Amino acid sequence: MELKKPAVAGTVESCDCQVSIFPNPGQGLDVSVESNVKAIFGDSIIESTKDELAKHGVKDAIVQINDKGAFDWIIRARVACAAYRAAEQKFNWKEVE
Amino acid sequence: MANLKRTSLYAPGTNPSFMATVPFFNEDCIVYDLEDAVAISEKDAARFMVYNTVRYHRPKDKYVLIRVNGLDSEFLDDDLECAVRARPDAIRLPKVEFPEQVKKVDERITEIEKAAGIEVGKTKLWCNCESYWGALNCQAICEASPRVEAMAIGAEDYTASMRATRTKEGKEIEYVRNMVLMGCRAAGVEALDVVFSDINDTEGLIRDTQYSKTLGFDGKTVVNPRQIDTVNSIFAPSAKEIKYAKRVMAAIEDGRRRGVGAVTLDGSMIDKPMERRAETTLAQAKAAGIKID
Repeated sequence: MELKKPAVAGTVESCDCQVSIFPNPGQGLDVSVESNVKAIFGDSIIESTKDELAKHGVKDAIVQINDKGAFDWIIRARVACAAYRAAEQKFNWKEVE
Repeated sequence: MANLKRTSLYAPGTNPSFMATVPFFNEDCIVYDLEDAVAISEKDAARFMVYNTVRYHRPKDKYVLIRVNGLDSEFLDDDLECAVRARPDAIRLPKVEFPEQVKKVDERITEIEKAAGIEVGKTKLWCNCESYWGALNCQAICEASPRVEAMAIGAEDYTASMRATRTKEGKEIEYVRNMVLMGCRAAGVEALDVVFSDINDTEGLIRDTQYSKTLGFDGKTVVNPRQIDTVNSIFAPSAKEIKYAKRVMAAIEDGRRRGVGAVTLDGSMIDKPMERRAETTLAQAKAAGIKID
């Protein structure tokens, strides 16, 4: 899935995260995390983000995550939402198992 | 009657903090909301959040629902695709007015269940009665699909449709309460009463909930976690009710053993409705974790 414009999803409220995503044509994935728990969960947040982007076929993107203690499944939801907003596409729920 | 529906609490689909907290309260049912609590610009985000939560981190020991957007809304189709695939116990439909609307949703859900490999019929429905049309058609709505498990009253929209003034006392909703109760009982589905909006008025909540129970409702939607324990305790069967129910069932059992057709208790004949009420009381007590043996 090709990103067409920068997009944001989520908030900086407690238990949430704000995901900012930008097109990065031909340059792969560049994921950065800002979080109070970065020392413990930073790598896992990056891993989940990359995994979620791969699920939706996003190969080139710059992703900045401002985490406020979000659970993994919330981060994944925010990443997916930001990616579809950036791609200007509607997610096809029929593809979900 | 195995699942208690004494309290239903909404969790907005874009509030991760509340979504993470809500399983730790004592409500019987959690309603993840895609409708009123979610801004139009955040509908896409809410679907991802609710799907991930219900599908992969579903709270244990709770009856889980997803409230979708209105039946004539542009969001409904995506909401249903997302909600059915998340596999909640039920989908809560807002502002249902006609049985045809339920039939259409039922057909759509069947298509989605088949496509997603979910057992057909597994996804139940709760219908919200929020207008005079909903009240007038409540029995037909409840009978429109075998998926319908409960009907709940939305008093704010109902009173608006009636041009009535919403009061704490609730005289303006007396009729709809009784209409919905009768419709639900005739259709054999559960009836859920209106919210009590003043979260700081505990005495008012107790009065209102006791009245709901007296009328015959099975539960109530709550607007704040602090209302849960009060409502749960009122809707749970009392020790006196449990004792009486056990005596009714014991008398019936004794009659069966002796081959007697008509059984009496304290001089009154036990009829079928009494037996049903006693069974319901004991099932409710059991589901509430009350020791009945």
